[in-house]
Amino acid sequence: MLTIENLTASYGAITALHGISLEVGEGELVALLGSNGAGKSTTLKSICGLLRPGQGTIRFLGEDIAGRAPEVILKKGISMVPEGREIFGGLTVEENLRLGAFTSYQRDRYRTDLDEMFALFPILKERFTQAGGLLSGGEQQMLAIARALMSHPKLLMLDEPSLGLSPTMTDSIFELISDLRDRGTTILLVEQNAERALEIVDRAYLLTTGSIEFSGTPDELKRRVDIASVYFGGEDDGTCEVRL
Amino acid sequence: MIDLEFMINTVSLGSLYALLSLGLVFVYGILKLVNFAYGEYLMVAGYAMYVLGTFTGVPWYATLVLAVLTAALVSYLTELVAFRPVRTKSLTAMLVTSFAVSVFLQNVVLITISSRSRAVRFPSFFSQTITLGDATVPLRNLMIIAITIILLTALTLVMKKTVLGMAMRAAADRFTTTRLMGVPANLVISAAFLISGTLAGVVSIFWVSRSASVDPLIGMAPLLIAFIATVMGGMHSLVGAVIGGFVYGLLFNVLSITLPASLISYRDAFMFVIVILFLLFRPEGIWKGGYTEERVG
Ligand SMILES: Nc1ncnc2c1ncn2[C@@H]1O[C@H](COP(=O)(O)OP(=O)(O)OP(=O)(O)O)[C@@H](O)[C@H]1O
Ligand SMILES: [Mg+2]
Repeated sequence: MLTIENLTASYGAITALHGISLEVGEGELVALLGSNGAGKSTTLKSICGLLRPGQGTIRFLGEDIAGRAPEVILKKGISMVPEGREIFGGLTVEENLRLGAFTSYQRDRYRTDLDEMFALFPILKERFTQAGGLLSGGEQQMLAIARALMSHPKLLMLDEPSLGLSPTMTDSIFELISDLRDRGTTILLVEQNAERALEIVDRAYLLTTGSIEFSGTPDELKRRVDIASVYFGGEDDGTCEVRL
Repeated sequence: MIDLEFMINTVSLGSLYALLSLGLVFVYGILKLVNFAYGEYLMVAGYAMYVLGTFTGVPWYATLVLAVLTAALVSYLTELVAFRPVRTKSLTAMLVTSFAVSVFLQNVVLITISSRSRAVRFPSFFSQTITLGDATVPLRNLMIIAITIILLTALTLVMKKTVLGMAMRAAADRFTTTRLMGVPANLVISAAFLISGTLAGVVSIFWVSRSASVDPLIGMAPLLIAFIATVMGGMHSLVGAVIGGFVYGLLFNVLSITLPASLISYRDAFMFVIVILFLLFRPEGIWKGGYTEERVG
């Protein structure tokens, strides 16, 4: 579904991605793991068009989408839950969801979509008319995911959805992500919480300072990589050890 | 001295300044750009009234509508031609561009019309006064209040009830994330410039009617007022801009009646002192908006 080849990206003089390649198949739940500053968010931003990549290709459903505008890429079916949730704090929960449906809005379907979101996240129904900024961190994360789902994405990308959440809230977010996968959504998940992510994903990529260090199934990854070193930010030189 | 006449005139002046500030903040909210060409949209509307009123037989009401549309169109075009190409560059580039647009528009009328002021014709009721109880007020001032109520109501409805309005509020808060929702960046920015220009055009009708004349530099004073009012009210929300406009009108009229005659010509200096105090002690303005300071890139 999504195929990235030799993608580079940089912020001015700083090169954040040194030619990475990765693939997400239809219906797959794939994790992109790595320590702080590894380039995970940069990868997602390049895919969804917030960052113009340098070289390489990003093919989605057979079409090269590298460098297209975010609004165009969303229409093609890629929706992103950004790092830090990025709720519109001054807008109500209702308005946040309505904007999520900006490109896909159809009057009759909109109602059923909302009901579906209320079924997934009952709290959003309770808080429907409240300002998004008044929700707790976990509730905001749910709103951010619901908002992204309103556009009926073919590929959902989540950037550190468990960041800053309580352990119970983290549990429910991870549970939700596997639910979404079971319902057929293709998901690319960025996480620092590698251990938790590896429990639910089909495959994982390990990113270290802008390069893919390893890719494979969770079992392979656990066997060959010291997960704790990923989680705690790698060795002194910033890379984590791969046991071959 | 605080009688009905003072109150009506103050509310009227505040209304005019509220519309003026709102037009500046619509663009600032989304692009974080203080558009120095904003006063020129008002100036252009003034010249539209001059040209249509002097050289054509267009009836007065059509002239006024066309003048507002001219300001909106010029505002839209400046975005399209001047601001859009530099939008992803630095904020400084945007600021310099807005200066350039301002000077360019001034020079267009300077060259094509004249550097001297031109008389603009208004229907006679613009200069009539009416008596309410013991208050005698210009009819124009009552029209300003009525039009402000209509425009503020309409804008509130647009911003709250339409998807475009929601998108504009979202974009003022988090521009990048708004694009992630599939909202085209150009759409919200163009809409902001159109509304900004429309407001400048409406204000122009009443601003120009006070002296019934227009000159190339007529936009400078309103730009300054809009800027000062928004600094006082709060740059980060539309509500703040409206409050700032009314506060400016109130302070100005209070200074006008309380300052001794020898100091009255320093009224503007007093307004600047107030602004400096605001910048020092309450830089976010009277109304704290929840907006972040994200730049459009
Ligand atoms: N806006 C920016 N300007 C300059 N450099 C940046 C910017 N954003 C990220 N970088 C740099 O790019 C590299 C990759 O950053 P990125 O945000 O992709 O990391 P990440 O893997 O998402 O990390 P985290 O887990 O902390 O979110 C880092 O070295 C970072 O310093
Ligand atoms: Mg990140």
